[in-house]
Amino acid sequence: MVKQEEKKQEQPAVVIDHLTKKFGDFTAVDDISFTVNKGEIFGFLGANGAGKSTTIRMLCGILKPTSGRGIVGGVDISKTPEKVKTFIGYMSQKFSLYDDLTIQENLNFFAGIYGVKDRKAAVKRAVISAGLTGKEKKITGSLPVGWKQRLSLASALMHEPAILFLDEPTSGVDPITRRKFWETIRSISQKGTTVFVTTHYMLEAEYCDRLSIMRAGKVIALGTPGELKQMNHKNSLEEVFVSLVQEEAVQ
Amino acid sequence: MSEKSVTVRNLTMSFKEVQAVKGISFEVARGEVFGLVGPDGAGKTTTMRILAAILTPDSGEAQILGLSSATEREKIHDRIAYMSQRFGLYQDLTVEENMEFYADMYGVKRSELKASMDKLLDWSGLTQFRSRPAGKLSGGMKQKLGLACALIHTPELLLLDEPTNGVDPVSRKEFWNLLYKLVDEGLTIIMTTAYLDEAERCHSLAFMDRGKITARGTPEEIVDLIPGGVLKFNSDNPFEESNRITESTEAVSTVFGSQVHVMGNIKEEEIERSIDRKPDIIRSRGSVEDAFVYLSEIETDHG
Repeated sequence: MVKQEEKKQEQPAVVIDHLTKKFGDFTAVDDISFTVNKGEIFGFLGANGAGKSTTIRMLCGILKPTSGRGIVGGVDISKTPEKVKTFIGYMSQKFSLYDDLTIQENLNFFAGIYGVKDRKAAVKRAVISAGLTGKEKKITGSLPVGWKQRLSLASALMHEPAILFLDEPTSGVDPITRRKFWETIRSISQKGTTVFVTTHYMLEAEYCDRLSIMRAGKVIALGTPGELKQMNHKNSLEEVFVSLVQEEAVQ
Repeated sequence: MSEKSVTVRNLTMSFKEVQAVKGISFEVARGEVFGLVGPDGAGKTTTMRILAAILTPDSGEAQILGLSSATEREKIHDRIAYMSQRFGLYQDLTVEENMEFYADMYGVKRSELKASMDKLLDWSGLTQFRSRPAGKLSGGMKQKLGLACALIHTPELLLLDEPTNGVDPVSRKEFWNLLYKLVDEGLTIIMTTAYLDEAERCHSLAFMDRGKITARGTPEEIVDLIPGGVLKFNSDNPFEESNRITESTEAVSTVFGSQVHVMGNIKEEEIERSIDRKPDIIRSRGSVEDAFVYLSEIETDHG
């Protein structure tokens, strides 16, 4: 945990300052501000349609903010969004893998996209880290969900990104597979990679260092899992979430 | 409640060389919410498809509402509903049009359709959105519409395969409230889920692992299968300490956020020895999720 102290001295991995995104009359993200430290696992929670995906797409340099500022890895997302893409990794619930390619072919493809220099070595490393040694020639479409998940993560980490975005990464996987996945995420973050994760499952949110809860485009709560439970006088994050999101809905 | 909605005896099913279901038996009482849980690849979806009379088992039998799943498929299809994760809604049709489409598919009489539709719209809270295209509904509302469509022919048994994947906690809570209302009216529900906080809401559960049912009972009975309860303590390095306990003792250990959970006849001192410190250890009753981990790991070690 000494390492945690050191991390805080460094520049934050993500700085969001009054960030806003409008689509016509609709404000999807409404003036949000927070920072995420290097090596932190930051959970991004909210109801369907709260503005989580829009925020992530801005941070990945895919969508241009309407106003406000976002700095990701020291780069301004409004000014040079193309630069952001070189040092982030992205893994979605749909895994974005080619089902008709083999494991090796998928990894090779992503290494190419990310412009990895020594492709062969990188693919080899990825196969080992995903625990798929000896399975390189298997067709991706026929793999169990847990394997696909590991392959998808290895693909997203191919170019050793500084910041990893995970969009509902464990939707539909069983508790043991999920725990193993989080053990991997924890070790990645301990090596200094910042992890930004969205989830609908509060048992999973417990694994995050800090959490933010969004509703109707605004951040309505921010803190460690323990702090959020304490502040709201609840025993579980599920109760915290339901009470905050429903309370807001009534207003 | 003793009346059986589903009776399954020695069911087996193989796909090429893989035996997906290896001789399972269970019963589901009428008006019960029955949860089928287990790791990925356990055979849950295959079992559900046999119950839905979509797949014919290699051997054994499944009686659905007193009908044979092998020989009375059509009759079963008239009286059950099956909703998988990818329930097909027509995005450009309105809420009402989607319901009408499913009603026609199930052969619901036009004279009965209006009453059935009004009731389901009211039940799901979709009345005010009846003219909205399905594609323009929120995720939670789409899910409710999917359920309303599945129920348009007033089935007696509802089969749900991982119905709440990717749904936020508030919508999930609403979804469960809707399910309980149906059960009050006498519907039987069989569901699979990967989320065990959800399994706690079922009346009874069956744990499936590699094609077999390894445990059955109410959520309370399942939790009681963990001998001696769960020892819990907080940790700065939960994964590392959990692994150390697993390596140096016979116990099963798992991580829940920043907490380590240890199960299976182990003394506090053994934990302290294996992690080289004295944390505040609390012994308490576990959850279904703890039981799941315990049962799966025990099976892996000894099976």
